[in-house]
Amino acid sequence: MDWLWELIGQQAQAGCMAVQGGFVGLMGEGDAIAGNFCRLMAGAWLTVKLTLISLVIGFALAVPVALARLSRNPLLNWPAVAYTFYFRGTPLLVQLFLLYYGSGQFSPELRELGLWRGMFREAYFCALLTLTLNTAAYTAEILRGAMLGVPAGEVEAARAYGMSGVKLYRRIVFPKAMRIALPAYSNETVFLFQSTSLVSLVTLLDLMGVARDVISSTFRTFETLIFAGLVYLAISFLIFSIFKRVEQHLMRHLKGAGGGEGQSAAGGTKA
Amino acid sequence: MALVTGELDANLGGTGENVLSVTGLKKRFGSNEVLKGITFAARRGDVIAVLGASGSGKSTLLRCLNLLETPNEGRIVVHGEELALCQRPGGYRKPKDCRQVDRARARLSMVFQQFNLWSHMTVMQNVMEAPVHVLRLSKDEARARARRYLQKVGLGDKFDAYPAELSGGQQQRAAIARALAMEPEALLFDEPTSALDPELVGEVMRVLRALAEEGRTMIVVTHEMGFAREVSNRVIFLHQGVIEEDGPPDEVFTQAKSERFRQFMASRLV
Repeated sequence: MDWLWELIGQQAQAGCMAVQGGFVGLMGEGDAIAGNFCRLMAGAWLTVKLTLISLVIGFALAVPVALARLSRNPLLNWPAVAYTFYFRGTPLLVQLFLLYYGSGQFSPELRELGLWRGMFREAYFCALLTLTLNTAAYTAEILRGAMLGVPAGEVEAARAYGMSGVKLYRRIVFPKAMRIALPAYSNETVFLFQSTSLVSLVTLLDLMGVARDVISSTFRTFETLIFAGLVYLAISFLIFSIFKRVEQHLMRHLKGAGGGEGQSAAGGTKA
Repeated sequence: MALVTGELDANLGGTGENVLSVTGLKKRFGSNEVLKGITFAARRGDVIAVLGASGSGKSTLLRCLNLLETPNEGRIVVHGEELALCQRPGGYRKPKDCRQVDRARARLSMVFQQFNLWSHMTVMQNVMEAPVHVLRLSKDEARARARRYLQKVGLGDKFDAYPAELSGGQQQRAAIARALAMEPEALLFDEPTSALDPELVGEVMRVLRALAEEGRTMIVVTHEMGFAREVSNRVIFLHQGVIEEDGPPDEVFTQAKSERFRQFMASRLV
């Protein structure tokens, strides 16, 4: 996977430099944004990368956590309750600092376990882990609610036709729950995307991190933050429109709903 | 089969072996005993109408047959195979072998009062779902079956519609096609027309009547007296968890032994 990121990075860098050259030509040598355009874009890329990776892994974790949350077995239920309680009940910043600065206190032990170099020592690793665990907790709650919202009659029908266990979940409960979860999940995605700006506080040069850097070297606070805000806005817009597309696709079964009278009238003329 | 039933069903009900039999079935919800020892058997080709006032336990009885509710006592035999239940503390029982339960359920298709179609699937997908994923038919086979049964219930032009786009009557007919596509030993109907607007009841009853005439084994919990009288070959009247009447409709409707059944009939006909 790494070589792919690298390749994309190189290509983007080359393209970016060309654009930056153009901007500098247009705005003049001393412009804070034009002169740092490439760095800001690299920061935006890190922001997107952190969002995407933690979103994907977080979702994969959220499914078993949600199932454990719904389980009546206390050995499954309790850990899941504790996990979601902690990650939803404390600020993301505390979680992030705890993992990054807090782990430093145990560096000898972590080193012995081989969890230090390349892992807890790296801000990137700590940030990704925190974001992943955090979004997994929220997503698990969303999925749990969605699974409880699957109409009992449809689940019962599946049972009555001989489905149970994994098959019942895979064919009926999950597809239905995904549709119910979608609006809340799109919210969670945007929240997560915006929360990534906190990683700038553990030395990472994401979009916010670069912006802070640019501000401290150019003192152009206002323009830089406006620009960073616009980039965040543009990416949020992209996320909204992706979810809108997905929603249109998944919710096509509802297109005829909502017209109770029209329906029965249509039925009356039939048969 | 239809030939044979024609002659015998006046007295004997269906013909051939028992498709489904229950003995001494009891079901409690908490301290409320809903079924107090039900015994009956459905033979191949039987069309049994189960009547009773609300709260008499008729829906619970139906739901016990495929173990959507687990009875507290009694035996259920589906197609010669007794459903194994094991005793749990507190008079509570649960199925011993979930695979056996799934197998039995695949043989007894159920049609629900509220249709319970899978709303995120098209009508065609609804009908294909269980044949593909439970009976393990190939998609082509299942599609052919689905097409056949959807046409049979008069939904030949609605394959790609979603349930929300259909009227209640159409949804119930789609649900019947879904039940038929399992090619089950018996069909269980739980008040199939009770959730429908009065003008839509007819289209569903016509389908039910056609199925009965084909000689399919059906157990129908219903409030439709017309169906019980004209289509069924056997009427079971439940009252407070007990079978009060059991026999061919002309006998039950004309010379009911039970006072309660006569009261029930009187309240219906006014």
